[in-house]
Amino acid sequence: MQRALTLYNTTIGKKVLMAVSGTVFLGFVVGHLSGNLKAFAGAQAFNEYSAWLHSMPAVLWGTRIVLAGALAVHFSTAYQLWSRNKKATTGGRYHVKKFQESDYAARTMYWSGPILFFFIAFHLIHLTLGGAIWPEGAALLGIEGYAFDKHNPYNNMVNGFRHWPVVVPYVIGVVALGFHLFHGIYSMFQSLGLSHPKYNEYRKDLAIGLSIILVAGFLSLPMAALATAMSDSISWLEPSTQRFFFPELN
Amino acid sequence: MAGHTGTMNLTLHVWRQNGSKTAGRFVKYDAKDIPKAASFLEMLDIVNEELIEAGDDPIAFDHDCREGICGMCGIVINGVPHGPRPKTTTCQLHMFELAKDGVDEIYLEPWRAQGFPVLKDLMVDRSSFDRIVAAGGYITIRTGSAPDGNEIPIPKPVADRAMNAAECIGCGACVAACPNASASLFTAAKLGHLALLPQGHAERTQRTQKMVSQMDAEGFGSCTNHGECEKACPKSISIDWIAQMNRDFVTAMVTSRQKVSERQKGS
Repeated sequence: MQRALTLYNTTIGKKVLMAVSGTVFLGFVVGHLSGNLKAFAGAQAFNEYSAWLHSMPAVLWGTRIVLAGALAVHFSTAYQLWSRNKKATTGGRYHVKKFQESDYAARTMYWSGPILFFFIAFHLIHLTLGGAIWPEGAALLGIEGYAFDKHNPYNNMVNGFRHWPVVVPYVIGVVALGFHLFHGIYSMFQSLGLSHPKYNEYRKDLAIGLSIILVAGFLSLPMAALATAMSDSISWLEPSTQRFFFPELN
Repeated sequence: MAGHTGTMNLTLHVWRQNGSKTAGRFVKYDAKDIPKAASFLEMLDIVNEELIEAGDDPIAFDHDCREGICGMCGIVINGVPHGPRPKTTTCQLHMFELAKDGVDEIYLEPWRAQGFPVLKDLMVDRSSFDRIVAAGGYITIRTGSAPDGNEIPIPKPVADRAMNAAECIGCGACVAACPNASASLFTAAKLGHLALLPQGHAERTQRTQKMVSQMDAEGFGSCTNHGECEKACPKSISIDWIAQMNRDFVTAMVTSRQKVSERQKGS
């Protein structure tokens, strides 16, 4: 107990906790994207995948509990470090400040983090909790003829992603995720002391590569939905994609 | 060398403050006919002579060796600690460097950090650094007089790396540049050069714990891996040292026997 307490009481220990909980989230978003891309295989495949996840309550709830725990750690340490750093720089604002190395992503972590937090809440209401806590949500956002159905996540997703009030927060959230991950992944290496001349030059490459793949992957879903929703003809789409976005035609 | 001769006229906005208890403000000074060959501190000397002649309070700034090795000087010049020239202390910055970039207006600010209270104007109190070193930045055994050379064989690459960390002159530019006013680079450099050498290795674990805990106690911020410190460092100490400090600290958390021994002593 003494050791864990000391780890939590130092700035370095807190950064280690940030890195470890952040890595949990990174693992989750990678898995989340690989699962979601099943949407391109059609409604049935996607809904079966969802049903398969729900057929294992221990795994499902285990993941949810780990994620909630990681969020609690990530959020509380971030807050503590933020308030500490604010205090450390009291009277420390320069009239002129020129950054020489720091990038946009690094300087906006305290923006991208909270944006992600609100996005996750929105995202959960859209696709997980849905009608259970906000039955009139779809109608309020101007989405007609749709009701949340927890056994048809494919339908929930496509209906949302064809409407700007759902797509805009989603895009903002995913872009914030990209920025947050770019600095977060690189930062994780430093905070955990993973530094060696053999791979140091690849740490930022990995961070930017993973961030771009994840952002592009997550954005592909609403972009495809919008593109097809706005197009009169869907004949240029692959048959499986046609089935995905226009299940009523099949 | 043509650019090094002649003079230049400058507008200075100097931070004037009487100690950390009072509020500071910028005061504008016109510095005329400053020789381009002057160093930045010599430029301030010239301005100060005029201030003294006029019966005004001269601008207080830190300096000692003026050779770039003592770590005393340090001014944030137009938003960059030690000014625009990389790997250069304030005292080694010359006016022709600024003239080259067409600079004619300069904002001079002290290191700004809770851990570095302002003494006067551009001078800050860096005793917090001394306390971090005093917390464990040394080897506790008496080493006697200088030992024979090569008595303890140390591979050249290891000695070189230790030297890279030992280059730290403790000027505090890392703290000044850090968006969180973190002293991570300084502490990491002090830990790093001792950790690599056989004499310092024995106490590596305790030293890491003690110095990190002192660093936190001084009210410095945490490292958020921006990398500003490395760029501002006149000795370009690498942030790789911070990674090593983090690794050593985690290792110390897991392997330290200190708590156990203290408990045994108490019982």
